[in-house]
Amino acid sequence: MLLSCLLLSILLGAADIDSGTVWQALFQFDGSTDHLIIRTVRLPRAILAVVVGAALAVAGAITQGLTRNPLAAPDILGINVGAALAMVLAVLIGGSGSSYVGFAFGGAAIAAILVYWLGSMGRSGLTPFKLVIAGAALSYLLGSLTTGILILSQRTLDDIRFWLAGSLAGQDLAGLLPVLPYIAVGLAGSLALGRQLTLLSLGEDVAQGLGLQTIWVKITAAIAVVLLAGSAVALAGPIGFIGLVVPHIVRFGVGVDYRWIFPYAMLAGGILLSVADIAARLVIRPQELPVGIMTALVGAPFFIYLARSRIKR
Amino acid sequence: MQRSKPWLSVRPQPFPLSFRVDRRVPSVLIILTLLALVSLVFNVSQGEFPVPPLEVVKTMLGLPANPDYAFVINTLRLPRALVALLVGMGLAIAGTILQGLTRNPLAAPEIIGINAGASLVAVALIVLLPGVSVGWLPLAAFGGGLVAAIAIYLLAWDRGSSPVRLILVGIGLTAFTGSLTSLMITFGEINAVSQALVWLTGSVYGRSWEHLWPLLPWLVIFMPLSLVLARDLDTLNLGDNLAQGLGSRVEWTRSLLLLCTVALAGSSVATAGTIGFVGLMAPHLARQLVGPSHAGLIPVAALTGACIVELADLAGRLLFAPIELPCGVITAVIGAPYFLWLLYRNRNI
Repeated sequence: MLLSCLLLSILLGAADIDSGTVWQALFQFDGSTDHLIIRTVRLPRAILAVVVGAALAVAGAITQGLTRNPLAAPDILGINVGAALAMVLAVLIGGSGSSYVGFAFGGAAIAAILVYWLGSMGRSGLTPFKLVIAGAALSYLLGSLTTGILILSQRTLDDIRFWLAGSLAGQDLAGLLPVLPYIAVGLAGSLALGRQLTLLSLGEDVAQGLGLQTIWVKITAAIAVVLLAGSAVALAGPIGFIGLVVPHIVRFGVGVDYRWIFPYAMLAGGILLSVADIAARLVIRPQELPVGIMTALVGAPFFIYLARSRIKR
Repeated sequence: MQRSKPWLSVRPQPFPLSFRVDRRVPSVLIILTLLALVSLVFNVSQGEFPVPPLEVVKTMLGLPANPDYAFVINTLRLPRALVALLVGMGLAIAGTILQGLTRNPLAAPEIIGINAGASLVAVALIVLLPGVSVGWLPLAAFGGGLVAAIAIYLLAWDRGSSPVRLILVGIGLTAFTGSLTSLMITFGEINAVSQALVWLTGSVYGRSWEHLWPLLPWLVIFMPLSLVLARDLDTLNLGDNLAQGLGSRVEWTRSLLLLCTVALAGSSVATAGTIGFVGLMAPHLARQLVGPSHAGLIPVAALTGACIVELADLAGRLLFAPIELPCGVITAVIGAPYFLWLLYRNRNI
């Protein structure tokens, strides 16, 4: 299914190119316009969608496991916005391409620490409600700071406007390569943490009783979230709701064991973002929508549904 | 010495009304009115072309003043400052009523999605029907806010409405309407879009008399109405059962109050975009000043909100002159940490 999405994503787009040409472009490249479109625009974009989707989905799954919170996801908790603000800052002070990623990680990490602290203070500990509302306020704050910077610096706005809407357009493979190792580390880390997070989702006491060093699991998992969310944002801007929706879909299929959730979330995340990207390209052809809008249109009602059904109080 | 009774009763003779307000209210009101006027004058006097405050007062009162200043003051700065004043009042009252209605200190029209609904419809109007005059914006935004409010209420309803679900659903709905708004902006024709963008950031930039007049009737109608309803709001605050026992028509007053909130928030948003966190901060500050009784709280919160927006606009203009920050950015930078602090203070609830 992932492969067919990948193919569809290459096949469909503003210019009509038939499938035979696509096949030739991939395996018998001859330098014609159609082949160039396939090779330099469609293929990188399709790969990007899969990678970013996988990273966001797994980051969401880890966050939900870590906080035992069905409404958690890096975008809802403000982690993506933190990374985006840091990226805007990086563009403002004129960093180079590779330092952007570092900034994104830093921003994501700071936002994650802040929101975790704000969400878990008080006697009742980490409740879904406090976490989400702290995330919403933090997103609002960081978002306004971003707006402020963009208004003050016209040049930054020009550089970054398209990216900020959450879009997969205009990225090439050269941009993907420096970020790929971080994503790989994050994904591998999540696979390794599957067993521990399943234990942790039983509750902290139970996990400790079963001999789990919960503090280390939490720290490693948090680092994985920061790596994945940070690189996804650095690549494609803040794309929302993939991290929220995918883990729930996957859990519906494979149950609550994170050893299974993570690999399936990777696949499902890639598929979902590819589909969203294809839809974003096709609905108002030949123009296109930022894919972040598509995911929010589908994801926000899902969030409301979750808030209704999972939060009993 | 024993303190004199902490209440004042106000009974305007010709009307069948009575207000019981905290003793502190009159003095606080006077101080806040002065503060609002002073910030209004400063707002008008500061800018790229500074005008001495005294000249501002003279021109506004129609006294003989330097005619050079008249154009700058009357045409450019005064309508803008007045819009800031009114919008601050509207947002603050909307927030106060909403916090009372939901019995939740964290509720505000911007958090639960009323503002997002209002701005969606207003942007749609600007982008899709560019020929329509700005006079229709408040009505359209009111409609959008109303639909959003009803949607939130219904979606959060599950054998009774719970404040927690109300806010969570509001956050989801805000994301949804927000993405629809971005959709409009991506779709739209470029001139209309840039107009919508200026408006969306939450700014009183370039507001003229033409924007002020459509806003005024909404405030003139709904501000007194909310004052009249203040007592019912106090009763509702005791809980639905007790309020019913005290003879309050709970659902009726609640709908009426919600209508006030939406009207005030919607018309303010229609005029100045989403200036965030005013509806959240003002009621809390006002409660610190005069306590929780709504008859006193509503006017005090209104003036507090007016001061906040006025000063935020001033700060936005002066901080990075000649570039102007929209006052929505300033209020968010101050208001969001305040919100987080509220969350911290209520951490054990």
